[in-house]
Amino acid sequence: MKINGARILIESLRREGVEVVFGYPGGVVLPIYDALYDVEGIRHILVRHEQGAVHAADGYARATGRVGVCLATSGPGACNLVSGIATAHMDSIPLVAITGQVKTTALGKDSFQEADVTGIMMPIVKHNFLVKDVCDLARTVKEAFHIASTGRPGPVVIDLPTDVCSATMEFSYPEKVNMPGYKPYYEGHPMQVKNAARLIKKAKQPIILAGGGVVTAGASAELTKLARLTGIPVATSLMGKGVFPEDDPLSLGMLGMHGTAYSNYAVHEADLLIVIGARFDDRVTGKLDTFAPHAAVIHIDIDPAEIGKSVAVDVPIVGDARNILQMLLKEAKPAEITAWRERIDDWREQYPLNYSCDDTDGIKPQAVIETIHRLTGGKAIITTEVGQNQMWAAQFYKASRPRQFISSGGLGTMGYGLPAAIGAQIACPNDIVFDIAGDGSIQMNIQEMATAVSNKLPIKIAILNNGYLGMVRQWQQLFYDRRYSHTDIGYTNPDFIKLAEAYGAVGIRVQAPEEVEPALQRALECTDVPCIIDFIIAREENVMPMIPAGGSIDKMMID
Amino acid sequence: MRHTLSVLVSNHPGVLTRVSGLFARRGFNIESLSVNSTENPDISRMTIVVDGDVAALEQIRKQIYKLVEVIKVYDHTEESVVERELALIKVSAETRSRNEIMQITDIFRGKIVDVSDKTFVVEITGSEGKINAIEQLFRPFGIKEIVRTGKIVLARGSKSTE
Ligand SMILES: Cc1ncc(C[n+]2csc(CCOP(=O)(O)OP(=O)(O)O)c2C)c(N)n1
Ligand SMILES: [Mg+2]
Repeated sequence: MKINGARILIESLRREGVEVVFGYPGGVVLPIYDALYDVEGIRHILVRHEQGAVHAADGYARATGRVGVCLATSGPGACNLVSGIATAHMDSIPLVAITGQVKTTALGKDSFQEADVTGIMMPIVKHNFLVKDVCDLARTVKEAFHIASTGRPGPVVIDLPTDVCSATMEFSYPEKVNMPGYKPYYEGHPMQVKNAARLIKKAKQPIILAGGGVVTAGASAELTKLARLTGIPVATSLMGKGVFPEDDPLSLGMLGMHGTAYSNYAVHEADLLIVIGARFDDRVTGKLDTFAPHAAVIHIDIDPAEIGKSVAVDVPIVGDARNILQMLLKEAKPAEITAWRERIDDWREQYPLNYSCDDTDGIKPQAVIETIHRLTGGKAIITTEVGQNQMWAAQFYKASRPRQFISSGGLGTMGYGLPAAIGAQIACPNDIVFDIAGDGSIQMNIQEMATAVSNKLPIKIAILNNGYLGMVRQWQQLFYDRRYSHTDIGYTNPDFIKLAEAYGAVGIRVQAPEEVEPALQRALECTDVPCIIDFIIAREENVMPMIPAGGSIDKMMID
Repeated sequence: MRHTLSVLVSNHPGVLTRVSGLFARRGFNIESLSVNSTENPDISRMTIVVDGDVAALEQIRKQIYKLVEVIKVYDHTEESVVERELALIKVSAETRSRNEIMQITDIFRGKIVDVSDKTFVVEITGSEGKINAIEQLFRPFGIKEIVRTGKIVLARGSKSTE
């Protein structure tokens, strides 16, 4: 039986095991929406802005490890996906984004709602396709999912002209992909693994630095085993949060610009860095010339292009982190580094991650996060917006498992947290999902409250309301002589309680420290409706410690 | 240091944009580029001349490799190659200078492929240096226009860029 391109698309998605599509309709995707109308087995979540769709698909992907799928119409719809595609690209998140396109005969003619989506997306995708013939459609979907989810994952965009959706043909789904130019490499080179093992044996002051690649590879158990067996302390990047339990005595927490002082000191003094699935982002390294000056570097990454990109590497191992860690585990022995660990523990005691408990200026945001951690038993899925809220969440919500902490790392996209929380809650209906938000960021995709309400998602949005674009204000305070140019939004912020109520959600305002816990208790009781908790926090609280951009460890400000 | 890369790519629309865009985005200057299909109709071959130190080249090579449509990246820097460029030069050829231009063309094993009462079009192939040299010699006569292709290379000997 012949079916049309739209049905071929849907059938192909089903073959890929897709259960949820986040999308928003429009003219050229009408055939696809028509096919979705009575489809079984695929749930379509109608967002209120395409950026919401792509971030929700991203949150879904991060929470599950599966490919997130979103759908938008041509032109303006596709353009609204851009920030979200770039976000996923920077953080290596598997996504397939389907964009409608004007009909093939109208391409290149500045047709109504035409945008050169292939061109616009090219620099921010792992790969993209423009399907000009319905005969290529099923194969393209197959390839898109394969590319998105294998090797170093990333977003793939399929641009789909409307006449291709209407054209009909016999459906058959390919079993295999055939892409001569695409061969991800999974096995670690045994020689290099031996070399790494030798360096580890010799090291007196080794540190493991784990990143998002460990999450992707599902290598958290192997990493934990290696750390405990060797006794080597573990620091993680923002993307790696949760791959090693942060309450473990060997955990150094997050390193980098707002990382723990002791993790940064440890990296600075280390004689060996074992870097796994992390890419030496400048927010991690600070000034490259002075980063880990005494350390030999073992770099394990599935992407060969990451090796040697920023930091010179002594032992490169290209491959899947899980495979390589399993190989390393066979060679690993307890390291004799008691003195080193004691030194680190001294730093830990001397420079703990803490904050002043004096809350006369208002609620301490750090205390809010700690209370959320306590009340959720450290088990909630946390998404974040961007800014101070994100850093406090990273510092004070101790993660115990991978895929628990979901945050836009590489791009730092304000407006990410709420739609990502929607995606995560849909993926994990039995988990408690918190979006730790800022009063600025939450307004960037606030329209998704409607999506959350209409799907009865009990996500909790904890706004750390300082009335500022706080992180920018912090930089203005520290580096621009307190000239708060265009960062004070306090006077014009909406009443977030009324706003929640207008959407049909629950809103709770918290103005005093003693109200924090009862308010959170109430929020946790909401089981089929989202809840905004508006925490009026100490306005000029800063995120500390801080290594100024491009600075080295010796420039670290502790408080 | 200059490097010459052969990049074998799937013969898809847009693949040139993908490769050249990557160079631009990552801050690498393409000095010369030529593309065409190969003995295999599914594969195109790009010859790219790029300037950069060894580490930079290593990085760009790996980045190109990551493109899904790129099948092979081959750096010819360390090996013996046949390299050619082609130029067409429209040179002023007054009666008194015609002989000399023809002689120079002969010496360089070029061809005069178009003649008008005031100009010749000279076709010349060879290394970049050779083409620079003839350009230099023609200059005093007056070069009206010159068009040069990018460089193309093949490794010498029996091995191929597979
Ligand atoms: C889309 C976007 N625009 C601008 C920025 C720059 N930026 C980074 S943090 C920040 C302030 C965020 O304010 P808020 O959400 O209130 O968070 P706070 O820092 O106050 O916790 C801004 C403007 C960004 N990261 N993303
Ligand atoms: Mg704020």
